[in-house]
Amino acid sequence: MFENLVPHLPILIIAIPLFGAFASYLFSKVSDKARDVFAFIVLGVTEFLVLVLGKDIYTNGLRVYTLGATSAELTAPTGYIMPVRIILEVDALSIFMGIITVTVAFIVFIFSLKPMKEYSGTDKYYTLMFLLLVGMLGIEFTGDLFNLFVFLEIASIAGAALVAFFTHRDESAEAAFKYVVICSLGALLVLFAVALFYGQYDALNIAYLANVMKYSLLDKIAFCVLLCAFAMKAGSAPMHMWKPDAYGEAPGPVAAILVTASLVSMYALLRVCFTLYGRGLNTEVIGWIITVLGLLSIFIGVTMALIQNNFGRLIGYTAVAEVGFILLAAGVGFAGFSSTGFGFTALQAGLFHILNDALDLGLLFLVSGAVLHATGKRNLNELSGLARNMKYTCIFFIVGLCAVAGLPPMNGFASKLMIYESVYQFNPVFSIIAILASIFMLAVFVKVFYSVFLGPELKEFSSVKEVPASMLLAMGALAVLIIVIGLCPDIFVNNVINPAARALIDYGIYRGVV
Amino acid sequence: MFGILETGYGFWSPIIWIITIIVIGIILYIIWHLGEPAYKKGTEQTKPFLAGMPEPSKEAVTVRADNVYWGFKEALKHYYGPMIKTHSGIINDYISWFVVVLAIVFVIIGGLL
Repeated sequence: MFENLVPHLPILIIAIPLFGAFASYLFSKVSDKARDVFAFIVLGVTEFLVLVLGKDIYTNGLRVYTLGATSAELTAPTGYIMPVRIILEVDALSIFMGIITVTVAFIVFIFSLKPMKEYSGTDKYYTLMFLLLVGMLGIEFTGDLFNLFVFLEIASIAGAALVAFFTHRDESAEAAFKYVVICSLGALLVLFAVALFYGQYDALNIAYLANVMKYSLLDKIAFCVLLCAFAMKAGSAPMHMWKPDAYGEAPGPVAAILVTASLVSMYALLRVCFTLYGRGLNTEVIGWIITVLGLLSIFIGVTMALIQNNFGRLIGYTAVAEVGFILLAAGVGFAGFSSTGFGFTALQAGLFHILNDALDLGLLFLVSGAVLHATGKRNLNELSGLARNMKYTCIFFIVGLCAVAGLPPMNGFASKLMIYESVYQFNPVFSIIAILASIFMLAVFVKVFYSVFLGPELKEFSSVKEVPASMLLAMGALAVLIIVIGLCPDIFVNNVINPAARALIDYGIYRGVV
Repeated sequence: MFGILETGYGFWSPIIWIITIIVIGIILYIIWHLGEPAYKKGTEQTKPFLAGMPEPSKEAVTVRADNVYWGFKEALKHYYGPMIKTHSGIINDYISWFVVVLAIVFVIIGGLL
């Protein structure tokens, strides 16, 4: 049915939300309802197309789209020995990230329908949300380093503007300023690395660069710069401090989508390490560097989360720790760099944890948004006894709590168990640290659960009501996904995670297309 | 097999876990059911005895979030003190940390590889 459409899906999946970004603003001038319906249709179509492309890629393998060529798969023009056009290259890893990104964006949109109406500037909110989605999808689908920089900038600027959504608060403007400085620094360093590659090889295509790379000193400098820039954007310690600032001030749904944006930076880090450089550099040393960054993130993130009293900041610090788990697994996976053994299991675990983090932390941020919507408060010291009046929100929080703390039978437990076991074979001490951090994580969210939902009902909250149905629906959708993945982890690991991990290990397939 | 995840060393089956939890739950329910039947909810039996003093209101004695892990934070104050200082909220410091990490990575990768 979609045979003629499928070759064009990589560009359509980026172009449709880009169209939606600007058209939604025009629809806002007609009415809020028209804009909401339009945005729903755009996101629904994008979700459908990304699933169709996913089915195609998981069945037939990698798909390439060359912009401006007579044929989508004509990567080098006739007479040229290298690609000069913009090329989108979507493999199992790219589409895995794409499905996560669009699904979270869709759910966040449904959540935003009611609470955002209470503020001015909702028209711009939807435009910025769509632009952020475009930036993330572009990073995931592009096969070109310069375009990766461009999409990184789009995502950064849109993300910073969204962090500053509560313009009446000085803290929001400050957090957005920090976010944009950090993102600009990261993006400029990516541009610097791009310049180093272009100066040496006259090319910007990732697959082509990987094929011709000489691993010179300049290539090593470019690697260091890319590694640090993407690690900082992902929120790795000790470059994580912007993250709680931004997440603590952003509206709940914005923070939920920013978690996915951080995970997209993690995707870019994996793409650079595995696909661009592969086994060209000493994988064990680089694996150790990534592992140490992961351990630092886990330890600092979880211990700092324990002393936070702002709901958003607290989840922000736990997001740092969760990124640490992914880095730990990715580092062990890179050090092992094999399609069998503990290295491959660690890589699978890391990718599985990316999926789980996007859902678990997304749900917790939506709960924090729901609490803010119902009470107008974020300070845990000022909240108490909300379980009486917000029963469903409380249930969704418990699901998120269990998932992020790695309690069985939630999805977080399955991926963390894979991380513990694979990392144990690399270094048992690292595995023990990871297990202890998970216990800390549980302690952190027990504190939140007690402070927000248990305890006596305060007089000021006696009239608090449950949040509107659209918000419950969005939180419920994430909770259902968490439980389903938790109950059938093997189905997701075997059919979705495994091909994505293989796409990283068997980098020759990605490189061979160009 | 459906529901069984290979985890490296061993396996994880949520289905077996849920069945185990249900069985444990049934055993606990049976033990609870065999307990003292004289317990009456909402009577003097359920009120705390505070040396004959009247019970203060729940709002007055509830432990706030900041105090939940007070003992833990107090024991680790030598760790938390410098850590809080490091998280200064100043963007210059954030960039400095990035520069430090970049320099270390440069030295390791430039020197060892």
